[in-house]
Amino acid sequence: MQWEVVIGLETHTQLQTKSKQFSGASTTYGADPNTQACEVSIALPGVLPVLNKEAVECAIKFGLAIEAEMAPRSVFSRKNYFYPDLPKGYQISQFELPVVGKGKITIQVPATKNTEAYEKVINITRAHLEEDAGKSVHGAVEGMSGIDLNRAGTPLLEIVTEPDMRSAAEAVAYAKKLHELVQWIGICDGNMQEGSFRCDVNVSVRPKGSDKLGTRREIKNLNSFKFMQQAIEYETQWQIETLEDGGTIQQATVLFNPDTGETRAMRSKEEANDYRYFPDPDLLPLEVTEADKARVKALMPELPQALQARLVSEYQLSSYDASTLTASRSQADYFVATVAAGAEPKQAANWVMGALSAKLNAEEKSIVDSPVSAAQLAALLKRIADNTISNNAAKQVFEGLWAGEGEVDAIIEAKGLKQVSDTGAIEAIINEVLAANQAMVDEYKAGKEKAFNALVGQCMKASKGKANPAQVNELLKAKLG
Amino acid sequence: MALNLDDIKRIAHLARIEVSDSEAQETLNKLSGILGLIEQMQAVDTTGITPMSHSQDVTQRLREDVVTQTNQRELFQSIAPATQDGLYLVPKVIE
Repeated sequence: MQWEVVIGLETHTQLQTKSKQFSGASTTYGADPNTQACEVSIALPGVLPVLNKEAVECAIKFGLAIEAEMAPRSVFSRKNYFYPDLPKGYQISQFELPVVGKGKITIQVPATKNTEAYEKVINITRAHLEEDAGKSVHGAVEGMSGIDLNRAGTPLLEIVTEPDMRSAAEAVAYAKKLHELVQWIGICDGNMQEGSFRCDVNVSVRPKGSDKLGTRREIKNLNSFKFMQQAIEYETQWQIETLEDGGTIQQATVLFNPDTGETRAMRSKEEANDYRYFPDPDLLPLEVTEADKARVKALMPELPQALQARLVSEYQLSSYDASTLTASRSQADYFVATVAAGAEPKQAANWVMGALSAKLNAEEKSIVDSPVSAAQLAALLKRIADNTISNNAAKQVFEGLWAGEGEVDAIIEAKGLKQVSDTGAIEAIINEVLAANQAMVDEYKAGKEKAFNALVGQCMKASKGKANPAQVNELLKAKLG
Repeated sequence: MALNLDDIKRIAHLARIEVSDSEAQETLNKLSGILGLIEQMQAVDTTGITPMSHSQDVTQRLREDVVTQTNQRELFQSIAPATQDGLYLVPKVIE
């Protein structure tokens, strides 16, 4: 039988706020245990939550970015369960009325050996505000667990998709796209090692062509795209084999073990899932007005889709180049800054996606840490455009900029890379070359085109690569006439 | 909706409340009474009425995103049963 995998994602994004969702405690990562756990974070009796304005604005930004329906009034609910890192005995979340409703995100699924690249729209079911739990530390004291509540109450936006993805590749493409988007609009730092962006993946399989959903298992807390791919592939295969062997799938929460590449059931969901949600009487409904949306919209950067369209219409870039350049906000910003500093757009695009990108990858650097600034790259490209240096020489100047040898013109000067465009000087070189290579001249005159290229090569060599190749071509042709 | 003693035990477990066998019957009667009351209310036609999430018709006040809390770990941990290296200690949690 042919099987189809059905995947939906729930992503917890930690919002970039200074203080917690419901209190004025700091959210800085990595502080000493419990030094950022105030009376609200540790749930002392009698404390009350007060909602963070910035967290609400982050939610509105996300809603605007995915063109979502937004509830004029949303409601906070208590999600009840007992665990030592949740001192209140409930998590404040949103249940029936989330702040962000239905929206959509277009993903680009890359080509593989057997398939072409394609785009797909993933429907977002909802996104709601909630608070993070604390952390349990095991093994410090025999028979005990240590609890650190610094993270308790950290603002999260949980983003939930429809079960729209049909392969691990689509799920990863979605996760990457979302990861870029939340950073682009500045609501999440995207740091996966520190847990700022965590994905839970719901996986089920069904006979191909069926429109009924199979029983799903939820893979919890994936914090790398590579693990996500592996976990989904393993889980899909496991479910198919279980069903083909005549077994059934039990709804469960599973964990992925990166060492073995396997998923393992954590707890059966039936009982754990009885969260007995009810509206939190400590919090009033959250109102988001049209005026709020307009105000937040004015604070937002141009969205990737809009910028992509503008790169095509304004700079005449191909849609492939535009899509590549807008794959991340930092790369897009770099490109726009390069063009703003006077570089020709198409050439800037080639350098950003080519030499710069290759060098960054080779040294595992992010573009924000690029040793060559956008202004420097623009200055370099201007020197190519005004014929001061050749493309080849430009590569050497780029290396010099990367190594911190100074500014563009200084490097050209120091390395003696200035292109010779003086007709007289080039003619002198050509005369020398012609005199020294009579055999080649004869071959050319006998009709051998190749000899011409060899002569150009000799001229370039004689000029130590500094002669303007176009001029050499032209003058040489005239001489040999 | 009729409850039985197993439901009572399950609800008590979810809420981490200890209910002895002798208390269970009494709790069952009380909870059933509450459910009966809710059933009566459900007979009212509420078509077109937005569910109320709070008794007052006002909306949430928002707080500026400013860190206003200082570290009071020592004070808070002075009343904790067990702590070590700044951590609150609890009986071992096994996942």
